[in-house]
Amino acid sequence: MAMSKSRRFSLYYFSSPQSFYPLAGALQPWFAALAVLLCAVGLYIGFFVAPTDATQGEVYRIIFIHVAASWMSMFLYLVMGFWSGVGLVLNTRLSSMVATALAPTGALFTFLALWTGSFWGKPTWGTWWAWDARMTSELILLFLYIGFMALQSAIDDQRRADKAGAVLALVGTINIPIIYFSVKWWSTLHQGASVSLTSAPTMAKTMLLGMLIMALGFWMYSIAATLARVRCVILERERHTDWVEAEIGRQTT
Amino acid sequence: MIRALAWVLRRDLLLAFRRRGDVVNALVFFVIVVSLFPLGVGPEPNQLRGMAPGVLWVAALLACMLSLARLFAPDHQDGTLEQMLLAGEPLVVLVMGKVISHWLVSGLPLVLIAPLLGLQFDLPGNALAVLGVSLLLGTPVLSLIGAVGAALTLGVRGSGVLVALLVLPLFVPVLIFGAGAVGATVAGTGAEAHFLLLGGFLALSVVLAPWACAAALRIAME
Amino acid sequence: MLEAIELECIRGERRLFSGLSFGLGSGELLRVVGANGSGKTSLLRIMCGLVAPSAGELRWQGRSIRAEREEYSRNLVYIGHLNALKDDLTALENLQVAAALAGMPADAARMLAALDCFGVAHCAELPAKVLSQGQRRRAALSRLALSAAVPLWILDEPFSALDVAAVVELERLLAAHLASGGMVVLTTHQEVQVVAQAVLRVDLDLHAAALLAA
Repeated sequence: MAMSKSRRFSLYYFSSPQSFYPLAGALQPWFAALAVLLCAVGLYIGFFVAPTDATQGEVYRIIFIHVAASWMSMFLYLVMGFWSGVGLVLNTRLSSMVATALAPTGALFTFLALWTGSFWGKPTWGTWWAWDARMTSELILLFLYIGFMALQSAIDDQRRADKAGAVLALVGTINIPIIYFSVKWWSTLHQGASVSLTSAPTMAKTMLLGMLIMALGFWMYSIAATLARVRCVILERERHTDWVEAEIGRQTT
Repeated sequence: MIRALAWVLRRDLLLAFRRRGDVVNALVFFVIVVSLFPLGVGPEPNQLRGMAPGVLWVAALLACMLSLARLFAPDHQDGTLEQMLLAGEPLVVLVMGKVISHWLVSGLPLVLIAPLLGLQFDLPGNALAVLGVSLLLGTPVLSLIGAVGAALTLGVRGSGVLVALLVLPLFVPVLIFGAGAVGATVAGTGAEAHFLLLGGFLALSVVLAPWACAAALRIAME
Repeated sequence: MLEAIELECIRGERRLFSGLSFGLGSGELLRVVGANGSGKTSLLRIMCGLVAPSAGELRWQGRSIRAEREEYSRNLVYIGHLNALKDDLTALENLQVAAALAGMPADAARMLAALDCFGVAHCAELPAKVLSQGQRRRAALSRLALSAAVPLWILDEPFSALDVAAVVELERLLAAHLASGGMVVLTTHQEVQVVAQAVLRVDLDLHAAALLAA
């Protein structure tokens, strides 16, 4: 009897790079569209709808990008740590690929947070860089991202790079709360009454809403960018398999 | 298990003793770096006294970074690391032996010399004592976290700088509270909280770092 | 009893070998042959448990070696390409550390006797860096003289750099170990004149898969 086995749908089906590749390709445009939509709404609220701040005028509006970016930068590091940890413990290739794909986006948001924070700081405090707790923590987080990417690119053997990166990411994840706490303490001690980017404007409801929508938009963007990048990583790493060669053939004709 | 740790410790200390030059060089580096700061900043005593805790601590971090190159790389090159992985003793124990010997050879001398250098910066006596104690608590943490970094970058090209890139951000809490302890003593507020936190970091590192280091070594040897 | 089941090794971009299976019982010698670069050293490292095979399983006494790595390590001695000698330690001190890490007594008399087996007892107090290649290899192999009780010996090119007398001594040690029920795995370019219950031969060129890219 030549009957095929009934296919049981299982999430594990997608844990192989070959199955995940088309899924990622299908989902990616949706997340990209959501990202554009949410960011547009968030920016509109931030720049047009939210009221002018009493003490800081219009300048504070950059906080909508700055805070959302810094939330994403921390969140993505934790996600990266999670997936690389899964790849280390369960010895799955796809999880490590996702972690590798997340890192540049995480670094991007960290850089964005630093950049926008700097733009906010200049008119507000007169310096391009103020060593306040958030900015300094973001700076160290940027170093952690760069360290992860540098380690992975320095190791030639792919599996070793994945696992070494995982150990580093996990060590970093444990350290992040400690670093954040230490830097916060250091900042309050040395600057007295700290002028912090979080404390400055008391949050009106619209401001908070705008920031949340912005954060969601950034989240959608991260997913879209990571899915696109993971597809590239999969193609590169699995280039010796038949299905990738067929896929590349299909894409280039 | 203790026997194996003792033998690893004994071997490394013997090797360090026979290559005294390497150890002394790292110490001289520490002294030179510390002396560079007044040359760069100017000899004004109040400014130097304010800078001193940070300068001494950062120089200690950098000296520790340099010494990490000697932790696993030579063993990796002559095959003794492989044998350690095959020893049949828990790798975590052997790693602790290596880290302890690394601290005794690279960290402890810093602890002893730093107060002398603190005199160059006109730190008061109680601050010098606090400097010594803070380094005593902090340098083992540097050895422990540094060991993880050294293990991750074994045999990788450019590993000297890469280790620094990976490990220095992780040292930041120790730096903040270590230098902060001395600063607090100079300012007159107490350093007890700092010591408690440094002790906490030490306890956490002792528990977690050897595991991470052993895992990293196995990954590096694959 | 060591069992290999469908071992596969992928190093970088190349599949070195696949579908490799064999069983090694007490008193048996396994000789791994293959061209340079065919994966002999990789196979030995997989058998030590240092490297995980990309597919397949290795079993010791019926249980996977991954399950009880330390226990398995206690049952083997590995002497690879590198001699595992510290340049600044004497031959005696090097052997003492090796013995202590293997859980064996490390007293000087026993070490000297082991070094004497390979004719390097006179080098005992010399730092390894002044010894010749052959003397270093012999000092490294002296470990075997202490390891009669360790069942599995895994040796990577043990005969390289040895003179005739040392070769004879090594063959004698191997034969004695096999006769007492031990197992030996080795790679070598020369024919092995050792009496054993059975001499298995694994030819990696036969198990080589095509280059992944082809």
